[in-house]
Amino acid sequence: MKISKSEVEKIAHLARLEIEDSQKEKMVAQLGNILQYIDTLKDADVDGVRLSSEAAVMNNVLREDILEESPGPCVTLANAPDKEDDFYVVPRVVK
Amino acid sequence: MEYHEFTIGNAIERLTRHEISSFDLTSALFSRIEKYEDRIGAFITLDKEQALLQAQKADQDIAAGRISALTGIPLALKDILCTKGLKTTCGSRILENFVPQYDGTVVSKLKEKGAVIIGKTNLDEFAMGSSTENSSYKITKNPWNPEYVPGGSSGGSAAAVAARFCCAALGTDTGGSIRQPASHCGVVGIKPTYGRVSRFGLVSYASSLDQIGPITRDVRDAAILLNAISGNDKLDSTSARVAVPDFTKAMDEFEKGSLKGMKAGIPKEYLSAEGIDPEVEKVFMHAKEVLTDLGVEIKEISLPHTAYVVAAYYIIAPCEASSNLARYDGVKYGFRDRSSEDLIEMYKKTKSRGFGLEVQRRIIIGTYALSAGYYDAYYGRASKVRTLITKDFSNAFETCDFILSPVAPAPAFKIGEKTDDPLTMYLTDIFTLSANMAGIPGISVPAGYSSKGLPIGIQMMARKFDEMSLLRAGYGFERNIGLSQKFPDL
Repeated sequence: MKISKSEVEKIAHLARLEIEDSQKEKMVAQLGNILQYIDTLKDADVDGVRLSSEAAVMNNVLREDILEESPGPCVTLANAPDKEDDFYVVPRVVK
Repeated sequence: MEYHEFTIGNAIERLTRHEISSFDLTSALFSRIEKYEDRIGAFITLDKEQALLQAQKADQDIAAGRISALTGIPLALKDILCTKGLKTTCGSRILENFVPQYDGTVVSKLKEKGAVIIGKTNLDEFAMGSSTENSSYKITKNPWNPEYVPGGSSGGSAAAVAARFCCAALGTDTGGSIRQPASHCGVVGIKPTYGRVSRFGLVSYASSLDQIGPITRDVRDAAILLNAISGNDKLDSTSARVAVPDFTKAMDEFEKGSLKGMKAGIPKEYLSAEGIDPEVEKVFMHAKEVLTDLGVEIKEISLPHTAYVVAAYYIIAPCEASSNLARYDGVKYGFRDRSSEDLIEMYKKTKSRGFGLEVQRRIIIGTYALSAGYYDAYYGRASKVRTLITKDFSNAFETCDFILSPVAPAPAFKIGEKTDDPLTMYLTDIFTLSANMAGIPGISVPAGYSSKGLPIGIQMMARKFDEMSLLRAGYGFERNIGLSQKFPDL
């Protein structure tokens, strides 16, 4: 499968990435190569085969519902790039 | 014997007999690091101050008779394992200043057992790569020849062990990232069964494939370290509720019965794979003879879906990565780009400036493969192929105890040789990806050298939770392969 520059731009937006113009051509070519190789999967006969996530032995993992102390905001927010009191600060969303 | 020559096994013996102190051992290793690290670049962060304090505490414990499995043993950790109070970067700018507020489960286990953590080793960013060239901080060099890569993504850990900067190290393996660098650096590496070791505190790349494991100087050390880190953990619901045997018993089993009665399978699809280097083939053929002489019965087996392994992996891993790495949004932790007033713009600039190109490439592949209209053709199909690959292995293990193969199709390549061609780099993972896809354990053991003097390992893979067979066969092999030189001169 070939991938176009505009498709790469659309996917990058969905992934919240911004590819620099100088890197775009190269990225499109590399992704095209990789996706072309991945097309070999089309030759595999997967009729009636289950997804591996379904085929794995899945058990519910349960534990007692015991109340434990939260580490608290000073731990949770310790690495925040911007914070105020016990809150994360982000650029204004409502304009 | 000089300090840097001690394996974990040797050091435990000498420490408990009070012949050496952990403080002297740790100090000697730091002197060695200070002398040679510029040439190798194995570490992102060194923690001499804390390490020496831990070593002193270990010496007090030993003096008081409080001896645990790893008391006083200097170890290094791949910088993708969370260490409380010690920077954990994942080799990425986006986590340049990230200081975890807790220890990962493997880290707490090592600390509880008295280990001395000397520092955090270099890696391909978020463990995405096969050469340790994708780190945002430095390129790690192969201690056997600094013009060559050490392999990856746990290249810093493998190089640190080969350079004898530490007794041993932990790495992580999502598609070969322990076994391949171990092979390229001439050391031992084990990827345990999926679920054998808790992943809590391992920064996620591809959660259904990631596993933590030992990188060591010999097979016995791998068993000692695996003993220390294995087991169910309430903080990781995918960690298995399966009994953990004493893995060092595998050595006793070999001493008792050599490898008699063991059956090894060689997949015919592997040896007919394109691009196997004749030197790798030669080492492999010799390895086969050594195992035969030890009593292993060798037979040809078939893994019919081998041709699809790389393609299926390079869908599944990027899909999981695109989801896992969405968390780096510049809000909760890590780098934030401050040039934009708009929230979406802030996300985009943060990610694009924080992540390197290989990480962005994999996020885009994953996002594409999971996007509307493509899910069935890519992720769905790859997941079904994964089921077929897993079945190939369970069929194979009906007739053999372990599967023998090369680790990588060629010895380590030169730094810079493959950086512009990601697909060629992906294809070098052909022999290691399957163990992650099928969730089975694999070991890489040194087996020989190329004509340029670069190490070449062999791989053995076994049934789920049968690391014992790998350690027994690996130990027997190591004892009888007769390598001319075990470690590089720096």
